[in-house]
Amino acid sequence: MKILILFAHPAFERSRVHARLLKAVRTLPGITLRDLYEEYPDFDVLPKQEQPILEKHDLIILQHPFYWYSGPALLKQWMDLVLEHGWAYGKDGVALQGKYLMQVISTGGNAHAYTAGGHHGHAVCDFLLPYRQTAALCHMDYLPPYIVPGSAHIADEDLARYADGFVQLLQGLSNNTIDLKALMRQPEANMLTGLPGLLPAPPR
Amino acid sequence: MSNESFFYQALVYLATMVVFVPLAKKLNLGSVLGYLLGGIIIGPALLGLIGQSGQDLMHFAEFGVVMMLFLIGMELEPSLLWKLRAPILGLGGLQVVVTAMLIGGLAMACGLPWNQALVIGMILSLSSTAIVLQILTEKGQMGSAAGQSAFSVLLFQDIAVIPMLAIFPLLAPAGTTLTAEETSSLIEHQPAWVKTIVVLGAVLGLVIGGRYIVKPVLHIVARTRLRELFTASALLLVVGIAVLMTLVGLSPALGAFLGGVLLANSEYRHELESDIEPFKGLLLGLFFIGVGATINFDLIENSPWIVAGLVIGIMIVKFIVLAGLGKLFRLSRDQNLLFSFALPQVGEFAFVLFSFSAGAKLLPQQLVDLMMAVVAISMALTPLVMLAYEKWIQPKFEGMSKENEREDDKIDERNAVIIAGFDHFGTVIGRFLRASGVPATVLDLDSDRVDLLRKMGLKVHYGDASRFEMLKSAGAEQAAIIVVAMATPEKNLEVVQAVKKHFPHLRMLVRAVDNADAFDLMNAGVLHIYRETIDTSLRLGTDVLEMLGRRAYQSQRAARMFRRFDEKSLKGLAAFRDDKQYVNAAKERIEELQKIIQADAYTNMMIRDTGWERDNAEERN
Repeated sequence: MKILILFAHPAFERSRVHARLLKAVRTLPGITLRDLYEEYPDFDVLPKQEQPILEKHDLIILQHPFYWYSGPALLKQWMDLVLEHGWAYGKDGVALQGKYLMQVISTGGNAHAYTAGGHHGHAVCDFLLPYRQTAALCHMDYLPPYIVPGSAHIADEDLARYADGFVQLLQGLSNNTIDLKALMRQPEANMLTGLPGLLPAPPR
Repeated sequence: MSNESFFYQALVYLATMVVFVPLAKKLNLGSVLGYLLGGIIIGPALLGLIGQSGQDLMHFAEFGVVMMLFLIGMELEPSLLWKLRAPILGLGGLQVVVTAMLIGGLAMACGLPWNQALVIGMILSLSSTAIVLQILTEKGQMGSAAGQSAFSVLLFQDIAVIPMLAIFPLLAPAGTTLTAEETSSLIEHQPAWVKTIVVLGAVLGLVIGGRYIVKPVLHIVARTRLRELFTASALLLVVGIAVLMTLVGLSPALGAFLGGVLLANSEYRHELESDIEPFKGLLLGLFFIGVGATINFDLIENSPWIVAGLVIGIMIVKFIVLAGLGKLFRLSRDQNLLFSFALPQVGEFAFVLFSFSAGAKLLPQQLVDLMMAVVAISMALTPLVMLAYEKWIQPKFEGMSKENEREDDKIDERNAVIIAGFDHFGTVIGRFLRASGVPATVLDLDSDRVDLLRKMGLKVHYGDASRFEMLKSAGAEQAAIIVVAMATPEKNLEVVQAVKKHFPHLRMLVRAVDNADAFDLMNAGVLHIYRETIDTSLRLGTDVLEMLGRRAYQSQRAARMFRRFDEKSLKGLAAFRDDKQYVNAAKERIEELQKIIQADAYTNMMIRDTGWERDNAEERN
């Protein structure tokens, strides 16, 4: 599978989590990395430049910090402009049909915060509903997200494990060694790598 | 000359400069006029401070002209010469030929023999590079069509001196050149054709020497890294050329000019320029003082009408030729007037050429004395003529142009936006608005540009936006916005005042050059002020950050933040400025700059980007 990472981080120079993740995967073969804030510092997203790139890939990964229960502003701007009617959705909008959409996010809160009784009151998957439905509208299959929780306080060695898990995940997807059907049944891609996400590990 | 008298002389000349030039500047007369007046006042006619030594001074001060021509020569890269070839050859060539013929013809009509008449015609066709370039530069007119034309003509004249010097010996009546004389020229006693050959040979030698000797020597000197040695070499170069040229009986100024051209492409050009520049300024000042001091008032007293007639006659003839050629070369009327008013004097080369012709027995000494006085007076008159032109003729022209300003009433556009001023600044605004589907009514004051843009199919109206009628006919009553983007801050303020007075409903967006200009506009009550270079400077700064590896988004955000902050602090500085009106302008600028740079908030703001501070939001990561 050809993988495109659309990376959106307005303060990448302050980021620890994403800097580490990208360092791990930047040079992997078969993966295209597109840094949206570097590409469009003025938010002047060009759909005609973006669409052919999307068409060339099978899996689109949106990698971003989780801001205010969503992605950073430029990612939304990108979606608003690039996913055009008649191209991504609508009557003749089949350009993305059969492709996969996945999110790689970091959150400040930990697993407990994203529960009914926690600080945020809802599971993180609930907040990702707009992305899931966007994928559905564009005839794409939504893969469960890979999540790095507690980003503000994560220890270096833990972060390294998440980075390794990210590499494994991408390599597996790229080489088609991951069973996508099985993956889609999981609530989080973290389950595949054995790393804790925002959900307690499912009972086995 | 004893030490004492040397210091005395230096005292007189330097004091003259220091007293008269600032005075002239204060009175808006220009530095050239200041020097000339100073020269007249300390000269034998009035104070007599320099007695009869004015003549000696002229020899010394001529060196200023030599240096100026060296510098001019160095400005003339071959590519520039090529670009200006049409005006130089056409306009300049015709000016010299037509003027020489006309004046020569008039001289013959007055009974002079043909060869003397021709010599006088040729000499009088020249104009003063020193004075005209100085004046046009001070008025900021060098870039205008008139300035460019004037430069082309002056350049051709400077070059034309070469063939003149070569031809003059040939024109001397047979036999006379052989009369014994005590001059320093080595070839004085040679027949005319030998002189011509020697002159051409000297020029050729200069070309070869410049390429194969001077450049390697400069290279060696530059490697010593002794600045004063380089300055010495630069001076040596100019003095050397001057002496060499004098030896073969050529004009040192001309040699220096050629030397300059030869070095125009050398890597030492800027270094040489900056080394010689201060000497040039000082010596040129001396030269102007000398011109003032050597005006022969006895001669004028004895035959005032002849001198006055000659001066006025020559200047009128030259003016007519210039104006005619300007028209032929399609200068617009205002530019042509400026061009013709700038150049009708006789130039400093005339002094050289007249003494040369006197030495060669081409012209009788009496006639040369008379002509020298005429030349000096015509030079001294130039700044006054320019002043008169600015005071009385230019405004009248603007008045006259109202008649042929049919556009005044013919503006059939009624747009919401008016753009006043359409040079490079306004053009971008106009193009951008047009591209965005917002038509604007464009006014501009430069008739050449208006013609050009019209030819290109753009709708541009000639007119002065600071005039009520012009604004009215441009639809100011119905418009909502006026962009004031005139070429000078003064003109901008005029337009602002006019709009405020007659069309207060118009929103003004005004171009400012710098902070000081912005303050003036603030004082005039303008709310929307756009400093010309702030955005470009910040864009450059952004690119620097990006080249250093900063993230593009962060760099642009920093620039936007900086500008917001800068605009806010500008308002604070405006108040500060008002309190300190009495502080002299220079000090004020420095204080302002210090205040800006010391404003800690800038640095803090940039380094602590609060928007993405982690403490700011738990969820940001």
